[in-house]
Amino acid sequence: MTTRSFTEAIRETLEAEMRRDRRIILMGEDIGAYGGAFGATRGLLDRFGPERVINTPISELSVVGAATGAAMTGLRPVVEIMFMDFLTLAMDPLVNLAAKARYLFGDQARCPLVIRTACGAGRGYGATHSQTLTAWLLHVPGIRIAAPSTPTDAIGLLKTALRGNDPVLFLEHKLLYGTREELTLPVAKIRPCPYGKARVVTAGNDCTLVAWSWMLQEALRAHAILSQQGIRIDMIDLRTLAPMDVATMVESVRRTGRLVIADEACRSGSVSAEIAARIFEQAHDYLDAPICRLTAPDTPIPAASNLEAGWMPSAADMVRAVHTITGR
Amino acid sequence: MKPPRSRRHWLGAYQQMLLIRRFEEAVETLFRQGRIRGTAHPAIGQEAIAVGTCMALASCDYITSTHRGHGHFIARGGDPARIMAELFGKATGYSGGRGGSQIMADWSLGFLGSNGITGAGLPVATGTGLSLKVRKANGVAVCFFGDGAASQGMFHESLNLAALWRLPVIYLCENNQYAMSTPVNATIAGGSIVARATGYGIPGVTVDGNDLIAVYEAVQKARQHVLKQGPILLECLTYRLSGHSRGDSCNYRSPGETEKWKARDPLPRFKAWLVKQGILTGPEARRIQSTVRTIIRDAVRFARSSPDPQPFRQSEGIPT
Ligand SMILES: Cc1ncc(C[n+]2csc(CCOP(=O)(O)OP(=O)(O)O)c2C)c(N)n1
Ligand SMILES: [Mg+2]
Repeated sequence: MTTRSFTEAIRETLEAEMRRDRRIILMGEDIGAYGGAFGATRGLLDRFGPERVINTPISELSVVGAATGAAMTGLRPVVEIMFMDFLTLAMDPLVNLAAKARYLFGDQARCPLVIRTACGAGRGYGATHSQTLTAWLLHVPGIRIAAPSTPTDAIGLLKTALRGNDPVLFLEHKLLYGTREELTLPVAKIRPCPYGKARVVTAGNDCTLVAWSWMLQEALRAHAILSQQGIRIDMIDLRTLAPMDVATMVESVRRTGRLVIADEACRSGSVSAEIAARIFEQAHDYLDAPICRLTAPDTPIPAASNLEAGWMPSAADMVRAVHTITGR
Repeated sequence: MKPPRSRRHWLGAYQQMLLIRRFEEAVETLFRQGRIRGTAHPAIGQEAIAVGTCMALASCDYITSTHRGHGHFIARGGDPARIMAELFGKATGYSGGRGGSQIMADWSLGFLGSNGITGAGLPVATGTGLSLKVRKANGVAVCFFGDGAASQGMFHESLNLAALWRLPVIYLCENNQYAMSTPVNATIAGGSIVARATGYGIPGVTVDGNDLIAVYEAVQKARQHVLKQGPILLECLTYRLSGHSRGDSCNYRSPGETEKWKARDPLPRFKAWLVKQGILTGPEARRIQSTVRTIIRDAVRFARSSPDPQPFRQSEGIPT
């Protein structure tokens, strides 16, 4: 058995898939010899050379646009956007072309493009280096969105992204990079993980807790506290947000009658709002309490540590929410 | 040649450069000691550009800065104590602790903010030039940006707009040879950044960015030019003597290269000039050193003893 960090999981998956498929190229700022701002591409330039590991100038718009063009003409580009906040600069090719190409041009226009990006707060990087802007792209039909919470899921979901034929936004939370996991199989043997299939992490009938990405790690801490108090939660790791596994959440809510959603992003127009709407549409008869959304407030992300800690939903918030919603 | 400026003026410039150097060194130390968190980008080695530029400006002028903005802010008259407090995440910081190293501003100084998004200051300066022009206000906008930012579409679009509309904007590139780990020769097609001015029909001037007097004179001339004839591009050649941000080992640069640039360190260079001119004497140098030391010590004390920001005020400032 081998343990791997989230970063190592990403790196080894990229390496294994690049060996498997010569069409895969990497593009991004400082991803060459430097190995990327978070080290996810370290060593790959040496292994694959500058034609496949392309260190780009700071040109997010044209790099993602060029990757779209390359994807539609036979390559499989993986672009690293150093911080998700910078995706704002590259929205046009993603939203107006990559996401729509197959619908509008048909099967001739496959767009196997993967955008990997570091999201999330918690490191004091401030308002423009900490955002999780997932909801912006959830709103756009045609983009698949992965938000793994563990190295194993990162491997499986990245493999699927690299073998598929559609644009994928792949979220890597900064606080996850250093987290480690015992892998049951070598990276090369881990199977691609389907999109739109949630993972039930813990089973329980008292309350459903839905999370993904870093929030799932907080949810695990909440679970440890709650289970000591005899409260059994059904914890669901969504793993992908588009497509979204609504069925698993509905099945769970039918049993528990209670739903807490933990979403590390501003409240308005968030992924959690979408989940709440879906559950209300499909399971409102089963709800014994109002749906509880734990989100960040509708403010930019403050840099000061006390403000930032208060800004992000935490395990303690989840415990409190479950207490409130279950009346315990 | 000695530019027509008073002795006091040059000593002030030296003190500002030294203050920026010591401030950035203090920030590096505080990070190493774990007393501040997040990130910061020191401007060590680039002090002559910040100070030389701000010396040549008037109080009605505006500045847009970058992620590497402490030096620009201090040179423009920003209070080192409040900048330090911002790095400590304190309520007394320029952004009340909300912004951090890359997000501070002071409108009363015409300092429109450091900016964590590479290149994002370029269109802001362009718009400031537009505002000055439409309001028929006196003044110019100075846009600091790095060699890395010259690869953003915003650079090209801004130069085009400003040239079309003849805006009073000085686009001032601090070419410190690297964007993070990436050297300029891997990002700039066409030979140089300054050459790009030709494509937009505006003047482009290369400046020795490690020579305070050269920067000062170039910006003074540029200011006169843009007030009458529209934008200009200055490329100041320099070198970041520190890491890109905290924890950067600089393993992408050769020690030989760094040594070569250390020999051109703007601070000892300007000091030597002052001594040679008889402007800086031994006692004067010691006085300046001690003044700077006191300012830094007081800044750290002020920051440390300031209160944390109040969480309940978070939503203030959100338009509803
Ligand atoms: C839009 C955007 N892309 C990437 C980054 C990450 N980043 C921060 S500074 C930097 C290098 C900037 O280089 P340059 O403009 O030369 O300024 P320098 O750091 O050398 O002062 C990069 C890539 C960013 N902050 N914003
Ligand atoms: Mg640079």
